[in-house]
This record gives sequence, C-alpha cells and structure tokens, in this order.
Amino acid sequence: MTLPDGWHEDVHETKVSGRRRFLLGAAAAGGALIGAHVARAGEAAPPADPEWSQMLGPGVVDRPYGKPSDFVKDVIRRNVPWLTAGTESSISFTPLQDQPGIITANGLFFERYHGGRATVDPAQHRLMIHGLVERPLILTMDDIKRFPSESRIHFIECPANGGMEWRAAQLNSLQFTHGMVGCAEWTGVKLSTLLNEVGLKKEAKWALVEGADAAHMDRSLPIEKCLDDCLVVYGQNGEALRPEQGFPLRLIVPGWQGNVNIKWLRRIQIGDQPWFTREETSKYTELMKDGSIRGFTWLIYAKSVITFPCPEKPAKGPGVYEIRGFAWSGKGRITHVDVSTDGGVNWERARLQEPVLSKALTRFTHEWRWDGKPALLQSRAVDETGFVQPTIAELRAARGVNGIYNNNSIQTWQVKPDGSVFDVQLA
Amino acid sequence: MSSSLKGSAILLALLFVAGAPACAGEAQPPGHYGFGRAPTPAEIAGWAIAVRPDGQGLPAGKGSVNEGAEIFADQCAACHGTFGEGEGRYPKLAGGDLKGDRPEPTVGSYWPFATTLWDYINRAMPFPSPHTLSADQVYAMTAYILNLNNIVPSDFVADRDTLPKVRMPNHDAFVWKDPRPDTATKECMKNCVDPAKVEVESTAEGKDLTPRTTGPLDDMQPK
Repeated sequence: MTLPDGWHEDVHETKVSGRRRFLLGAAAAGGALIGAHVARAGEAAPPADPEWSQMLGPGVVDRPYGKPSDFVKDVIRRNVPWLTAGTESSISFTPLQDQPGIITANGLFFERYHGGRATVDPAQHRLMIHGLVERPLILTMDDIKRFPSESRIHFIECPANGGMEWRAAQLNSLQFTHGMVGCAEWTGVKLSTLLNEVGLKKEAKWALVEGADAAHMDRSLPIEKCLDDCLVVYGQNGEALRPEQGFPLRLIVPGWQGNVNIKWLRRIQIGDQPWFTREETSKYTELMKDGSIRGFTWLIYAKSVITFPCPEKPAKGPGVYEIRGFAWSGKGRITHVDVSTDGGVNWERARLQEPVLSKALTRFTHEWRWDGKPALLQSRAVDETGFVQPTIAELRAARGVNGIYNNNSIQTWQVKPDGSVFDVQLA
Repeated sequence: MSSSLKGSAILLALLFVAGAPACAGEAQPPGHYGFGRAPTPAEIAGWAIAVRPDGQGLPAGKGSVNEGAEIFADQCAACHGTFGEGEGRYPKLAGGDLKGDRPEPTVGSYWPFATTLWDYINRAMPFPSPHTLSADQVYAMTAYILNLNNIVPSDFVADRDTLPKVRMPNHDAFVWKDPRPDTATKECMKNCVDPAKVEVESTAEGKDLTPRTTGPLDDMQPK
C-alpha cells in the first residue's frame, strides 16, 4: 500500500506510542498476544487486520479544526496559470469531479478575485447604506447579525464558466470546463429587510453594491431584484463565511452571475439609474457576431453537466455505471434532466435527487449499461420556466464565438473503448 | 350589544390586517429595528466613490493629457505598455478593433462611457497600490488614455464638466436589455438527429492546454 506524503508524519508518533501501549497491555494480560493475527506491512484486505486497526488513533481535538483526509489531498481548487497575468485578479475552479452532493465544501468553493483576497477585521468592518433613502445607515457586523436572519441554499456561477469553450473543445477536464460554480447554504439578512429599514425614496431604482477589497469591486443592481430575494450573508455551510467568499460579509444575488454577488460588502448606494461600472461595461458584457454588445445579462440560464464519467473519472471496462451530474438554473427549480449516451440521438429521463431547490445545484443520476463501445455522453436540463438547455451549435448560431460569458451549452463527453473520457464538441 | 360585537369584529379584523405583515416578516416601517447609526456627511463622502455617466460622483480637480503621460509612464506602463499596448497578459488599453476572428476590446474600441475610466482608475489602479492617486492625477491619466485612443485632442483637460461630455466611439453598440432566451431547443427524446450526422467537430484531446488535476498545482504555460 502506498501512503500519501505526510501520512506517516501525521500518525508516526501515535503509532509508536499506541503500539507500545498495546504490547505493554498484552504483556500484562499474560501472553494474550499468542494466536493474534499481526498484519504484514501492506496487507489490509480480509483476512488481514490492517495496521490502522492495531493502533490507537489520535484523540479528540488533535485537530481542533478538522480537515479532509490526507488521502484526498489532490482534491483541491486549481487554476489555469496561462489564463491570467497573475493570481490576484484571477479565478480558481471547484473540483466538481469529486463533489458527491449538492453542497460545495467551503475549502473547495471556486475563487474569483479582482484585487486579491481581502483580509478584513470583522470588528472594524462596516456596511454603509445611503443615497436615495430616508435614513442612511452605518452598520457593524454585530448590528447586521441582530436583524431577522434567513438561510438558503443557492449556487453561485461565474458567467465565464465554459468561456474557453466557445470556439472549440479546449480543456480536457470537468474541473476546468465547469468548475466556476459552487453551491452552499448561506445565512444572513434579507437585503429587503435592510432596504426597508433605511426606507427607499420613490425615485429609488438602482443599487450600487461595492466591496472593501483592493479593487472596490462594484456593480449596479435593479432595485426589484434587491427587494426580491437577495441576501446579505455572514454564514456559509455551518460556519462563518470564508475569506475566499468575502468574510465577513457578502451579497448573494440568487440565480444571477457570480460577479454581482459582491464580496467583502461595505457599501450600498441607492440611485435612480445604473452606474455603468467597469465590471458591467468593459467586462461581463458579450460581443455578438453582429457587432452589438449585450449588457446586463445577469441571469444564469439552465445548465447541466455529467460529473461521472468525465475526463478526470474515466470508465473502467464494460458494465453498469451510474451516470451522475449536476443541473442548475437561475430562473428557479430544475424540473427534469435527460441523458443521452449516443451524442443526442436518443434521450432518457434521469432521476433527480432530493432536495430539488430553486437556484441551487440539483443532483441527477441515470443507470447506464456500457457495452464497451465508443459513446458520447450528454445531459440536458429543463427548468420550471420550460427553458431547455441548448447545444453549443445553437448558441454559436445565435451569438457567435466572442461572447465569453453565459455558455450554458450541453457538454459532450466522448468515452473511448478503453474507458478514457474526452471533452469534445459535436458538429 | 350587537353593535359592540360588530365593533370587536372590526377591531379584530384591523388587528389581523395590521399584524399580518409583521407575522409574514414583510415590510416594516423605516427604522423599525433601530440598529446602527446615521453616517456623517464626511463618512459618506469618504466612501461614496462611484461615478455615473452623467458625472454624478466626479470630484473637483482636473488633469491634462501631458500630465497624464508622465504619471502613466511612471505608474502604469510596466503592465499596460507606454502607449497602452499592453504587456504580456495585462490589458491593452488603446487601439484594436472588434472585427475579425480575434477582436481586441480596449478603452477605445469597446468602452461605452468615459466616466467609467475615471471611476475604475480611481477605484482599482494602479493594480499593486490602489487608492494612492489624487483626483488630479486620475483626471490626467483618464485624459491621456482617451488621447491614446484618439478620442480627445492632445490639449484636452479632463474635469467633472468635460468628462461626461466625451462620446465614446463604441457607445451605441451596447444593448442594455437582455434578449435571452435566444435559443429554442426542443425536448426531443427519440431519433432526434440522424445518427450518421453525429460527428466530433473538435476535441480537447492532444491539445496542450489543460493543467493537471492530480498532484500539486500546475504552473504550465501552453507551448
């Protein structure tokens, strides 16, 4: 058996002392060792008694804040180094190939920074709300936590997810083609509660939301969306919001592009028109084939992807496979997902796993008996508005190839007879 | 008696109506919770940095193209190039066009509003040391970058009055209303396409673009 680096260092001391204690105990019991099976190094399967069964493990609070097993140390956020000039204004990708359920682990949730990860002291952090309001406010984190609270599960997806795949299949990896998405339970106060507390003037039509990071990332949001379902959150999956997600405070704009979910939220200005910030003019706008440019395309339309098999998790010989994947829509719930194994000629209805939540990742599974012949796997999501996830060819026909954002196309995984899986696009 | 019963019923109904929004957690009057405090004008002025196309938010001050050239050479050229041509993967700021296979979006070819340039420099630049420039310096740099793109003459002086009047060449290309859904995929289940026409058009196989997804982080650069 090969142990990962660090494993021996972690357990060595306990192993020695545990072993010694075991032997001492055995001696005291008067030769109880006789007849006991002692595993040889490398043996763990039955009938052997594996070495981890023959020693005491570390005690409680050995790791006061837990961490994943060292055996899964390769399951990490990863980046595409050639994509950006540096890492401070860049993106990392969630390892979806190793995400078993709809919740993305806090340590694996993709990162997107425009001026690096801000380190914010919550005692000094303030949220200021001003502009076209009756009573401008400055709130401390303690103030914010006193307001009525709400927890909801929502995905966040960067609209550039899949942005490298407009012209052709480029990256042979689920993590890099689809990993700019994550899903978490967020806890905080409804933005509508805060806006009611300051009192919107009747001319109030737009909100500028801004971060405390080096880039003071900011976006304009229509007031209707702010009052509908936005949350100002400080909790993420049972703990404080992670620094990578904007500790101590971020905005959640359910179902809308990740960029508007401002991290390190420090200011909300209410106005009567949009600001046309850099991130909603120079970036996060889409150049169409006719030369026009789409702005304010905030909504994430229905999308899905098969997470097994995938390039990182190939098939291993003919037999039964559970095809697994995620579907999501910024417009509400996923109603169904269909799966094709022949490149879209025939489709079968996949099983949706509960919970099926609005604007959240939804799991689907489908049993597939693979005969070992070449296959083309696809999934197609439909949401509660009846919108059907399109093919890349349909998107290209509508928009061209220079839009960068909002590629919600059907992904095709090519399975070769040896089980290996490749990112491909069909004509 | 009957009138007092009626009165109680009306009172109950009123209570119910008045109480309903609170029970449902809906709108409370402003100041209902009373948490926090009012910001001072100085606190608002210190943080309210956003600038709109109509000039709202632009501070006093001014800067010329020539002043901007000096500051740019000192503070910006290392990443953006002396004339805004861009170094490495850092953004090109001047020239370029949106035609052809590889469009080059720059301030001149793409940005719809000149005020956004002032806002963004003031907000986030220089990248390693943001919020270190004076308003005059930001005006000057804005003037210089607009001049690099032949949008303003070399004697242009940017200030809160002149900047909102600058018309950007690509302004009219923007559509600020989402036209989606722009696809109408059918929910076909059987024989949806001719199997003979199912062919792989492109594959990521063999392309040297994908970082590894096991082991330590990759630092690969494409050949």
